Amino acid sequence: MQTLAFVCALLVILPLLLVFFRLVSLGASSVNWAFFTQLPKPVGEVGGGMANAIVGTFVLIALASCIGVPVGILGGVFVSEYSHRRLNWWIRFVADVLNGVPSITWGMVVYGLIVLPMRGFSTLAGGVVLGLMMIPLILRTTEEVLQLVPGGYREAALALGIAQWRTIWRIVLPTAMKGIVTGVLLALARIAGETAPLLFTAFGNAYWTHNLNEPIAALPLQIFAYAISGHDDWRRQAWAGALVLILLVSAINITVRVLTRDRFSLRNH
Amino acid sequence: MTALFPSPTGAAAEPKPDKIALAARNLSIFFGQQAVLRNVTIDIAARAVTAIIGPSGCGKSTFLRAINRMHELNPEARMEGQLRLFGEDIYSPGVEPVIIRRRVGMVFQKSNPFPTLSIAGNVTVGLRLNGIRDRKVLAERTEAALQMAALWDEVKDRLNAPAISLSGGQQQRLCIARALAVQPEVLLMDEPASALDPLATQKIEDLIIDLKKDYTVVIVTHNMQQAARASDFTAFFYLGELVEYGPTTKIFTKPAQKRTEDYVTGRFG
Repeated sequence: MQTLAFVCALLVILPLLLVFFRLVSLGASSVNWAFFTQLPKPVGEVGGGMANAIVGTFVLIALASCIGVPVGILGGVFVSEYSHRRLNWWIRFVADVLNGVPSITWGMVVYGLIVLPMRGFSTLAGGVVLGLMMIPLILRTTEEVLQLVPGGYREAALALGIAQWRTIWRIVLPTAMKGIVTGVLLALARIAGETAPLLFTAFGNAYWTHNLNEPIAALPLQIFAYAISGHDDWRRQAWAGALVLILLVSAINITVRVLTRDRFSLRNH
Repeated sequence: MTALFPSPTGAAAEPKPDKIALAARNLSIFFGQQAVLRNVTIDIAARAVTAIIGPSGCGKSTFLRAINRMHELNPEARMEGQLRLFGEDIYSPGVEPVIIRRRVGMVFQKSNPFPTLSIAGNVTVGLRLNGIRDRKVLAERTEAALQMAALWDEVKDRLNAPAISLSGGQQQRLCIARALAVQPEVLLMDEPASALDPLATQKIEDLIIDLKKDYTVVIVTHNMQQAARASDFTAFFYLGELVEYGPTTKIFTKPAQKRTEDYVTGRFG
């Protein structure tokens, strides 16, 4: 029994190790200065990089955070702190359903809501689709960490004659801050690698863009475009892009680990 | 002032209330369909310590929480009757619970200093979150409240240390200082020493006796010796009703009711 469980546990780790070694062996050689600083070269020319796609991914994440973080956190505050039993049940239920919606569906929804009316793919649409995907993720984790804040703190604050919204804002949220930041980072890690919804929205771009109404490049899109191409140099760069992306997501996850290490000891100096 | 206090028979040293702080008239509290408190009529003396005793579930904590309207945090709670604080009906429409809670402070069974705040930050939080910003005022109130809570000498050199670095007994005295800093008229204490060791309990009891010079103190306790030592008046609650109320010495030596005698002598409860 223990052996079987051990084998299964190994099976969990194995794919990650395989993926990582494959990426390093095929991609590491193409991760160089040019990769981070240059634009993609036209078909046929060797060299170039994914600078615009790397920046594009950060732009999309920032834009998505502007929508996902405030809405997700405030939604979580509502569900956790205000007792509207039936409404809260529905919000939780809908958030759980939304967390299970395939990402390509999100892309199609935003395609209909923004891309079609604005007559074109855009950075804005890409940011909105990722932001919408963040909302239910952040809402649920925020709600859960707020529930971990002992009720005694709320009672103590209210008994001092502090209004409820101030109690939430100045006492409850700071107490749960670490957990909320963790939830936000996990949501970021989750959306950073999304490809399907961006196909319908951000679309990808071979050049720099500073315009929210124009399509924008993103790492996952660039990897996808290069991986299905026939050029060896582009394929090598696709591996490199995948390596950079997985390192980015790993970095976020490691930050989460560090943050959550002493989550229940609260704040010690 | 009123005839509700049993006239002291025999011993002339018993304190006589010269002013009524709290007056309940036919006060009943319901949670849903269940009556937790039934028809309680009581006058509580100003600048004295009144102990509320009775077995678990007798409604004594609910009575305490009705005095600063904290029981309203339960959305099913409903009240009947009248409760006056220095003559003012605290349940009349237009009276904000927030204002009542600034006038009636509360200390809880489990010490609950805010973990994100320093020692000084905890003392002043009720003032700061109600709009007082003047540093000089805050510093003065911090010292005064900590002095009154007999904690100043122990913490004056580390006011900016985290509140949770204090010992259990110190944390509870910090919570008392936090409640006193907003300068309430009445201080409610819900078994404030039940989670503390005998030495820390002794300090809290000395403190309670000190506090009655300036405050009206109402304390719920399970500890008969504590009620006998620290209080001037004692009210015995049983099954949601006020069974007997009078000067502490009388309740403990010559109770009028058989049930009171059985409880204070430890025959049940």
